[in-house]
Amino acid sequence: MPSEYQFIEHQHDVIVIGAGGAGLRATFGMAEKGLSTACITKVFPTRSHTVAAQGGMSAALGNMGEDDWRWHMYDTIKGSDWLGDQDAIEYMCKEAIPAVIELEHYGVPFSRTESGEIYQRPFGGMTTNYGEGTAQRTCAAADRTGHAILHTLYQQSLKHNAEFLIEYFAVDLVMDKDGVCRGVIAWNLEDGTMHLFRAHSVIIATGGYGRSYFSCTSAHTCTGDGNGMILRAGLPLQDMEFTQFHPTGIYGAGCLITEGVRGEGGYLTNANGERFMERYAPNAKDLASRDVVSRSMTVEITEGRGVGAEGDHIFLHLEHLGADVINERLPGIAESAEIFAGVDVTKEPIPVLPTVHYNMGGIPTNIHGEVVTTKDGNPDSVVPGLMSIGEAACVSVHGANRLGSNSLLDLVVFGRAAAQHCAATIKPGEKHAPLDNESTDRVLSHFDAMRYADGSEPVAKIRLEMQKTMQKHAAVFRTGELMNEGIEKLEEIWESFKHVKVTDRSLIWNTDLVETLELENLLGSAMTSIKAAANREESRGAHAREDFPDRDDENWMKHTLTWLDTEGKVKFDYRPVHMYTLTDDVEVVPPKKRVY
Amino acid sequence: MAKFRLPKNSKIARGKTIDVSDGTKNAKTFKVYRWDPDSGENPRTDLYTIDLDKCGPMVLDAIIYIKNEIDPSLTFRRSCREGICGSCAMNIDGTNTLACTKSIKSVKKDISIYPLPHMQVRKDLVPDLNNFYKQYASVKPWLQSKTKAPEKKERLQSKQERAKVDGLYECILCACCSTSCPSYWWNSDKYLGPATLLQSYRWLVDSRDDATDERLDELEGPFKLFRCHTIMNCTNSCPKGLNPAKAISEIKKMMVARGN
Repeated sequence: MPSEYQFIEHQHDVIVIGAGGAGLRATFGMAEKGLSTACITKVFPTRSHTVAAQGGMSAALGNMGEDDWRWHMYDTIKGSDWLGDQDAIEYMCKEAIPAVIELEHYGVPFSRTESGEIYQRPFGGMTTNYGEGTAQRTCAAADRTGHAILHTLYQQSLKHNAEFLIEYFAVDLVMDKDGVCRGVIAWNLEDGTMHLFRAHSVIIATGGYGRSYFSCTSAHTCTGDGNGMILRAGLPLQDMEFTQFHPTGIYGAGCLITEGVRGEGGYLTNANGERFMERYAPNAKDLASRDVVSRSMTVEITEGRGVGAEGDHIFLHLEHLGADVINERLPGIAESAEIFAGVDVTKEPIPVLPTVHYNMGGIPTNIHGEVVTTKDGNPDSVVPGLMSIGEAACVSVHGANRLGSNSLLDLVVFGRAAAQHCAATIKPGEKHAPLDNESTDRVLSHFDAMRYADGSEPVAKIRLEMQKTMQKHAAVFRTGELMNEGIEKLEEIWESFKHVKVTDRSLIWNTDLVETLELENLLGSAMTSIKAAANREESRGAHAREDFPDRDDENWMKHTLTWLDTEGKVKFDYRPVHMYTLTDDVEVVPPKKRVY
Repeated sequence: MAKFRLPKNSKIARGKTIDVSDGTKNAKTFKVYRWDPDSGENPRTDLYTIDLDKCGPMVLDAIIYIKNEIDPSLTFRRSCREGICGSCAMNIDGTNTLACTKSIKSVKKDISIYPLPHMQVRKDLVPDLNNFYKQYASVKPWLQSKTKAPEKKERLQSKQERAKVDGLYECILCACCSTSCPSYWWNSDKYLGPATLLQSYRWLVDSRDDATDERLDELEGPFKLFRCHTIMNCTNSCPKGLNPAKAISEIKKMMVARGN
């Protein structure tokens, strides 16, 4: 071990990495149950990217009309293009109802109906009666639902006196020789000390990797840190080819404009002023699934019907909704549109463009949040000591395409499930087995090498090249040729990272080094993502290939697993999609053609 | 009269001047506060002149450009870049605000950038916010209800009751308001400051919360609440357009009303 590091050891029952919606829900859930829990986070909890979620959280409460969690389940399976695991989807949609009620009891300032219940709005792909009508299922706090929920979850964490290690950067997992996760090593930015956190369970809740693309709605901090740790631990990621493009990112800035705008009656137009979604999705129109709307917009633009001087974007209208509705239900996006597009939404449309928004893929887990991998022919082999939840994880409830407002739901439901699972399986204060130095030395040596990296390539340059490559070669529409070119480029970029240059050598608040470690995590995510995309020769959900335009259930109704070695080579394997339900309350939804 | 002399290491030196604008007409100069805790040197201000055609429209875009293209050691917090996470609060052109929503064009002259005022600095533009967070936690900012919540149903709240937390719950804890308040500068150890008091008021007016008396009890005394002297810097600086000064005066009114 490089001797210059002060190394402080801590012992806990559970360690959570990440303090977004999933991480916080898990953290205080376990603190509440008497487990010694600490949450490591690289940003203060309320600055996690959950805070930016706008439109809402789905749950079949039926406050605005008849609803049923089975309809929600059907919509989610159809939205996933039959790649979602149906047992997990059943669990999520059923648990949605108590989960959202619980949030209200915690104090989330939901908007209200005339009768004082939680207000719910329509959202894309959310229907009644198995596709017949439009459901109002998305529970909203104006258009700041993520903010309202994240702050409330942090408040509950304070109430339960949960321990937080704020502005600590998790460097790597500590895995022993038997492949058991025994803890995590983290770096305290404030004073520069290094910490070993021992735990019986480490829960990765680090969010997505949107920043592997040039234009995304994701925060600067969405860098797939958990994914990077998993890959370096020799474990696989799942379904990395599925990247969601949100139809309405602000043109240029990339900031999110919620689907709730269309839920409240907003619509898209092309250069002819035509409401073109009527052609692509005659029933759902502007409220079709996100992948469908993003593709339709892209076709409009490539066929020459985009708006603006360059004809390279689309208009989103909400001026007809009137100032009252906008002020009450969409005040946040009115503010964003003014700041980032210079648009007064009561008078003119917002220029928008499909923008990278969400990663359906991630760390494969079962419904308890336990990380799984394939081992000796068992596709559900649990990795001891390791769990994952939220966007970092792939349960898989979103399959090939996530429905809007199912993400906040995923965070809360599986954060809660993980807490329950730990409470049921871990005895508070259980002793930790001894740990050899080798597993920690490896991590510190790697950290030290990065810190003193003295090559020729600045972090910002490598990062930009990766982002431009992903943007061009793994976009809304893909072809084998385009992706293979992208892979070649990304392999060169991977090589160039070996010559990375870190300028700041200090340990206190060294954000140059933080960005280098984050870039390593992003590169791993990007590499597995584009290679998995080139590998999957079909179109499904958000993965749309022009050279393989149809879904191919016979060969491809399966989850992709990807392992990555230090040279950037990817190994593939597959897990079956769970075409079975959790209980007898509901039947399996068999695959059929997906039309909206 | 007593004479004050600031400690030697608090004097801000003139730092580097770096111009990468290449003689463009669209150049802009940023004067940025720098301090490295490891160097043992005094803080300094570096001058960076950049070509605005090469960077985005917001001050955060410029700072990121400087970090990417000129000096990777420049240190600041940032995350969402859309004004909702509250990370990039700093003092820009003399006012506390979010770098990500502050447009470069809104400042005509050179733009000076300092950390939030009157806080300990950790490095460059990163202030120590630990005390600020502790104060937030101290007002027990969570729902406290004496009535049991209905089983399997939400608590009911009318639209009018819910409207009372509008303008309060939206706070992003960026600390722009508290660190713009002279009263907070002098007494940040005892005065809770506008951000925390706004949060306290958020729960005082939530129809679902029953801990009004306990919350007000906690704010009694000359400092926690009553060090607010209605200077109003808080309201002027809030990047979300909230009004902490009004929330504080409402709490004072509640105090007076219950005193009678």
